[in-house]
Amino acid sequence: MVRILFFGRLRDAAGGPERVMPLPDGVATAADLIAFIAARETALGAALADPTIRIVTDNEVAPRDAPLSGVAEIAFLPPASGG
Amino acid sequence: MTSVLAFLSNTPFDPETELARFRRRFDSAGGIVAFTGQVRADAGAATRLFLDHYPGFTERHIESICRDAASRFNLDGVLVVHRVGEMGPAEPIVLAAAAASHRRQAFEAVDFLMDYVKSEAPIWKREFDGVHWRWIEPTARDREEKARWSVGAPCRA
Repeated sequence: MVRILFFGRLRDAAGGPERVMPLPDGVATAADLIAFIAARETALGAALADPTIRIVTDNEVAPRDAPLSGVAEIAFLPPASGG
Repeated sequence: MTSVLAFLSNTPFDPETELARFRRRFDSAGGIVAFTGQVRADAGAATRLFLDHYPGFTERHIESICRDAASRFNLDGVLVVHRVGEMGPAEPIVLAAAAASHRRQAFEAVDFLMDYVKSEAPIWKREFDGVHWRWIEPTARDREEKARWSVGAPCRA
């Protein structure tokens, strides 16, 4: 099972802050996961595919081609706007 | 060894209490500079603010900004307290403080801390205008404020 976290405006696009699901067949990387979501949820997929979105796997910033095998948590972070 | 104190608060915090504790801890420093950011009370509007964060990851990121400031400005101590969750007008959002041997480092360190915390810390702001909540995107100005600390960047007039 992988826990997917959405922050900031991505929460609204995803309809909630997190999802837990088994890693789908054929999904090996973060980019694959985005494509999997985009095929089912166009708006969310487009929001996640935006190059300003940072990806964090198990608390480390990761590139889009990072393997997801063995990853427990993947987070999608829009540009920060705090302070 | 510089002390770095960075934490988030889900409930209102008192900047004066936090600063007094920090000052007692660094009573041998030559100077302490502190900045408090608070929720703007726009005329007539019942503004509320919500700050989303990534528990654990956000704290570590702010700590790393503090460590950068500490080594860059040769600080004795750094403190950043950041509010998260929902808050209303005049409530403190952030306290940044630096203790150093000399005032110049302390002033510059707090300026640096705020530019980086605002533009880099994984915190996402949502504002309520009395009718709708909307997410706030970072502004070009936020990015410019941070860019002036880059190596080789021209000094601001």
